[in-house]
Amino acid sequence: MRPHLEKYFRMNKLPHIWCPGCGHGIILGSLIRAIDNLDLDQDNICIVSGIGCSSRAPGYMNFDTLHTTHGRALAFATGIKLSKPELKVIVITGDGDCAAIGGNHLIHAARRNIDLTTIVFNNNIYGMTNGQYSPMTPKGAFASTAPYGNIDRNFDLCKLAVAAGATFVARGTVYHTNQLIKLIEEALMHKGFSLVDAVSICPTYFGRKNELSSPIEMLKWQREHAISVNAAEKLSPDKLKDKFLIGKFYASQEPEYTEEYGRLIEKAQKQVLKQKKEGE
Amino acid sequence: MKNEARLMQGNEACVKGALDVGMRFFAGYPITPSTEIAELCAEKLPLVNGKFIQMEDEIGSMAAVIGASLTGKKAMTATSGPGFSLKQENIGFASFTEIPCVIVNVQRGGPSTGLPTSPSQGDVMQAKWGTHCDHPIIALSPSSVEETYYTTIKAFNLSEQYRTPVILLMDEVVGHMREKVILPNIEDLEIIDRKKPDPKNHKPYYPYDDSVDDSVPPLAAYGEGYRFHVSGLTHDKTGFPTTNPDIAEKLMNRLIGKIENNKDKILDYSTEYLNDADVVIFSYGSTARSAQRAVRLAREEGIKAGWVKTVVLWPFPEKLIDEICAKSKTIIVPEMNMGQLVLEVERIVAGRAKVERINKANGQLITPNEILDKIREVK
Ligand SMILES: Cc1ncc(C[n+]2csc(CCOP(=O)(O)OP(=O)(O)O)c2C)c(N)n1
Repeated sequence: MRPHLEKYFRMNKLPHIWCPGCGHGIILGSLIRAIDNLDLDQDNICIVSGIGCSSRAPGYMNFDTLHTTHGRALAFATGIKLSKPELKVIVITGDGDCAAIGGNHLIHAARRNIDLTTIVFNNNIYGMTNGQYSPMTPKGAFASTAPYGNIDRNFDLCKLAVAAGATFVARGTVYHTNQLIKLIEEALMHKGFSLVDAVSICPTYFGRKNELSSPIEMLKWQREHAISVNAAEKLSPDKLKDKFLIGKFYASQEPEYTEEYGRLIEKAQKQVLKQKKEGE
Repeated sequence: MKNEARLMQGNEACVKGALDVGMRFFAGYPITPSTEIAELCAEKLPLVNGKFIQMEDEIGSMAAVIGASLTGKKAMTATSGPGFSLKQENIGFASFTEIPCVIVNVQRGGPSTGLPTSPSQGDVMQAKWGTHCDHPIIALSPSSVEETYYTTIKAFNLSEQYRTPVILLMDEVVGHMREKVILPNIEDLEIIDRKKPDPKNHKPYYPYDDSVDDSVPPLAAYGEGYRFHVSGLTHDKTGFPTTNPDIAEKLMNRLIGKIENNKDKILDYSTEYLNDADVVIFSYGSTARSAQRAVRLAREEGIKAGWVKTVVLWPFPEKLIDEICAKSKTIIVPEMNMGQLVLEVERIVAGRAKVERINKANGQLITPNEILDKIREVK
């Protein structure tokens, strides 16, 4: 690790629990680099996670950190942010945590456009519980609860987030780390609800079940199948058939929830003052 | 100076008490018969720079309340049976991670959706055991509108003092009834705020420091520079996960002990005519009012009856039961459920007195006459 990054880690809590070849560490590293590049105030950041391999990340991070219940990180984070809007609140979640059990909180946090930065450590599988299919496991893939192949259709989490009202949405991969860092930086600087779908790799559970035996092969797969949104515009649908898009999908400026609440407070207090005066 | 009497609804008294004791964050999801609490919080909180949010469900409400409390605010949610069930996992999280907060449950009748507009006392055991595994919890139950005001204040005070979620078990009658209340001046209230770490003495800060005298470690707030970790995994004094059986055992003992060992300070009950009572009515919540009336009527008939109303249900007033057993032959426990707190009474009595039940779970109140009949029957 680069020495100047050590201050962001709880060095005595390392090594981490993740399996050899897991992509989660790369996403954590990217997030730390983004925070460092932006020179954010370390004491003003709060990191919230749910449950899963991914959600263990905050434990290694030297900030105010909260490891909550499965799927609920965004709801905890909503309470923190609304109660203390001056904090920068980052949510770390898994694809199961965020898209299955926490799906309702995701769409509502997005709808409110509350200023939370959500990083989805998306390994397309339930890692922590040994490889069951998640709502992000591709149709046809194998999982410990899909021994004959997955018949569930999977979410496109980015489209879901945009449709629900998120105002910054992007996807990166653990192969394209420079891009991932830049996307996380943009998400952190964005005012409003931002989501980065960070496509991870799980060689232990996803790879083994799906004939991608090594982490290197899984990274190669990412290199060969990920295509940037800009490049994709010039390609025919035929060429895009087995590809997935990465890059910035959506960014817009909309009123942010906690700022709206601030205005509501002003309005309510003025209104009551006026009523009092009229009553006198 | 005494304030003037005014007419108030129970749910309104709850919000008034919460605001007076310093509640500044509310997250909830509407459900009868608790909804007025959310509506009043939506109206009143912005006026004191507090925050209200209607979350997408009760699970999220409970989560948001815990998050807000971790920023140093006094936070509350309110619900009824179905919503109380949904909150349970996160109530356990708050209990285990020792985050102060108040959960109001205005109890309604029946399991499942049941009788939404009828009273019940059906969630007494759920308040104690609703979330999985052993955990500390405090539950209070008021019997009148005025008592709701004071009990809400007490709920926050206990929550802050012992770093634990406190459950306020109201019922539909107490919540919706309007009656006369005389409120105190706010300056006269006892208000307890959580212990915070002393920036000079607590570096490094251990959020679960077990060397503190009263078993309740100080709680820092997020954004103050402590950079501390909170996790629902079994944790050591630093807050980080451990599977060490000795540390796990010590933690469980401290958590259970911080309530059990302070019982005498937490308990709150009233009694009438206990000295020479042959038969004692052990009651709580709105049922306590019928019980009090029944006991007074019995005394007029020359029956030596006595009355107990306990506001604190959990922890349970065991010693009080011991004292009653020493003098009285029979204890009657009237409850708007199929028999819940009576199980605890029976456990403590352990054959030293006769325990009689009056149970009603049809959405109707237990009347003074029903209790009086029982007193006559057993005397
Ligand atoms: C309420 C609840 N249900 C189920 C679990 C078990 N569980 C723990 S982690 C997990 C899945 C995590 O998968 P994901 O969010 O994709 O994260 P990953 O471990 O792959 O990083 C499940 C089902 C739990 N802890 N709590």
